[in-house]
Amino acid sequence: MRHGKYRFLVGALIVPLALYGVFVLSPYLQAFQLSFTNWNGVDSAPEFTGFDNYVKLLDDPLFLAGLRHNGLMLLVVPLAVIVVALALAAATKGTRVYRVVYFFPQLLSVAIIAVLWQFVYTPNSGLLNGALSAVGLDSWRRSWLAEPDLALWCVMAVMIWSAVGFYVVLFSAAMESVPADIMEAAAIDGAGSVTVFRRITLPLIWESVQVGWIYLGIAALDGFALVQIMTVGPGGPDNSTEVMGLGLYRAAFTFGKFGYASAMGVAIFFATLTIAALLLRVTRRERVELA
Amino acid sequence: MNLTRRTALAGVAAVAASTGLAACATAGGDDGDKVKQGDTSAENPLGVSAEAALEVVIFKGGYGDQYAIDAGTSLKQKFPKVAVDHKGIQGVGEVLQPRFVADSPPDVVDNSGAGRLDLATLVSAGKLTDLTSLLDAPSLDDPGKKVRDTLMPGVIEDGTFDGKPLVLNYSSVLWGVWYSKSLFAKHGWTFPKTWDEMLTLNDEIKKAGLHPWTWQGKYPEYLNDPLVSLAAKAGGFDLVKSIDNLQPGAWQSPAMLAAAEAIYQLAVRGHIMPGSEGLSHTEAQNAWCKGQVAFIPCGSWLEGEQQAVTPAGFDMVMGTVPALTGSDKLPNGAVMAASSESFIVPAKAKNVPGGLEFLRHLFSQKVARGFAETAKALPVVAGATDGLNLSSGLGSVAEAVKAAGPNVFSYKFRTWYAPLSKALDDATGELATKRINPQQWAGRVQKAADAVAKDSSIVKHQR
Repeated sequence: MRHGKYRFLVGALIVPLALYGVFVLSPYLQAFQLSFTNWNGVDSAPEFTGFDNYVKLLDDPLFLAGLRHNGLMLLVVPLAVIVVALALAAATKGTRVYRVVYFFPQLLSVAIIAVLWQFVYTPNSGLLNGALSAVGLDSWRRSWLAEPDLALWCVMAVMIWSAVGFYVVLFSAAMESVPADIMEAAAIDGAGSVTVFRRITLPLIWESVQVGWIYLGIAALDGFALVQIMTVGPGGPDNSTEVMGLGLYRAAFTFGKFGYASAMGVAIFFATLTIAALLLRVTRRERVELA
Repeated sequence: MNLTRRTALAGVAAVAASTGLAACATAGGDDGDKVKQGDTSAENPLGVSAEAALEVVIFKGGYGDQYAIDAGTSLKQKFPKVAVDHKGIQGVGEVLQPRFVADSPPDVVDNSGAGRLDLATLVSAGKLTDLTSLLDAPSLDDPGKKVRDTLMPGVIEDGTFDGKPLVLNYSSVLWGVWYSKSLFAKHGWTFPKTWDEMLTLNDEIKKAGLHPWTWQGKYPEYLNDPLVSLAAKAGGFDLVKSIDNLQPGAWQSPAMLAAAEAIYQLAVRGHIMPGSEGLSHTEAQNAWCKGQVAFIPCGSWLEGEQQAVTPAGFDMVMGTVPALTGSDKLPNGAVMAASSESFIVPAKAKNVPGGLEFLRHLFSQKVARGFAETAKALPVVAGATDGLNLSSGLGSVAEAVKAAGPNVFSYKFRTWYAPLSKALDDATGELATKRINPQQWAGRVQKAADAVAKDSSIVKHQR
């Protein structure tokens, strides 16, 4: 009987595992291997170049710009999304309509979001400049995505806009599982709503927040699709929105340096892994046990 | 094409077998299943085997692929037993990259479109057949004329890498400054002959309540084209060569600096429609088609691209970039032209003679005329559009070719050194928004050119 169960398990898993191995694991491993070569994408016998690609990464101004911008996104995006999502989740407790509305961006693919926001930001007929003019703020009109000081912030605003909805729903669900009697007891003891949120709600939903940090941290190291579709250049103006993913794509498909691009991929892989591990550690708190 | 599961499996097996062979082959040992060149004759100058199959992969983009189907039909009329396997696809690079790696590529490839393979990479990896024998073969239409003598000036050079013709482009692209003939007639404006006249006319256009210029700000390379054209006119072919050969200081030469200054003046004098730097190519081109703007820089594909939104009676025409100074080295009609739709015969193709013969048919008058009609673009076969009733834009492009005569120039660095083009695009975007001045612009681009020159991992070319 037991024997039959294992046979069934193996039979059921072999196909997905094989697919996973062929289409996920082996490309990863090959990327590691290629990152030590000068493969140009079409050559059948690339040369082994040791750590050359990695050494070059360290003084490639484009890659370093990407690293800087992803770093800034890592500082801004997760924090902003979590703060906004927590505020919205707390404010809309019990009114489901808003949650559905906030969730809408989640249903759109990144490409569509990027194209839509490009229309919002476009200088002469865009929604944003139009709205500013409509309320008499003509002097605030800008070529949003074409100004080096603003472009990255415009991209981050879109990242935040598109991510908030999901976390509102996540945090709302977590908040609903906080027992009402604890809240009532706190209210009777004279705690204001801010104190209740800080001292009771937040600690009790911390695990969800922690998950949010990690997901958002990983997302902040990407940003490729938005930058590629929305920005000037792309990655501009003057590399002010360059991200590591875009640099990788360009190195491989425009410059024909697949070995070098693989080295970038490996670097991003380790950066992501490190960030995830760090975030797990930093956000660790004592777990609150509900009796 | 008759693709059954059995033939597909056979194909897979063949690919697998040839990869296996390639993997274990020592030098030159893997040509076993190649079609040998047959006897050549006046009728069959390339020695095509009358029965070997021919696989043709064409980029099916803006120009469609009817012209390549026509070429296949033309070839079959001569060699009825040759099975032509025509595939019109997008994403040429994704489909063919693994086949180039495995050394089992098709016999003819139109390596074009956004997802094409990087030509410089294919060249440096030695993946392409030398096309000299095709160029020296008699043309299909006139046996007394070699194929090389039926093409427009510059076409062979465009596909020549270090003295070897490896690529033949099919569509001729010219770059200039576009305007609406009817709009200009209404205001009594004439297209300027020199850059000074351009600036004067721009002031007049501004007074009439129009924006003189816009550009496709999201993709700064569109504004590079008039800039480097101005420089080439002032500095002549020597300047073009010195730029392509990465000569020290070439980007800071007087002609190049003056050209940057000319474009910079558009920004300084407020001749560029505000916000242009944030517009995509469609947004900028549509603003121009709506008559809000007088000039836009673009290549000769503009008419086809704008077909759906161009109002009736707009009559767009392409003017050649005006002269930069009174003492330009090239005469006034000189124009930047290049060719696109890059046809190659892979070095490891099974049927190289067949691939070359296909190109001989492709570059014939009949197929080229069909291309002008179906693709609404100028084929590189000289005289192919004679007597055709061309639209206003395409007509102006054909005229520009005639007016230029031998004074056609093109830069190679875009194909040769992608990192340099990227640096140039970034710098020009900054120049057009006045965030840097011409000196800074030249300094930045020169630095990028020097970096490419120093980088030993980038294969260098000379012209």
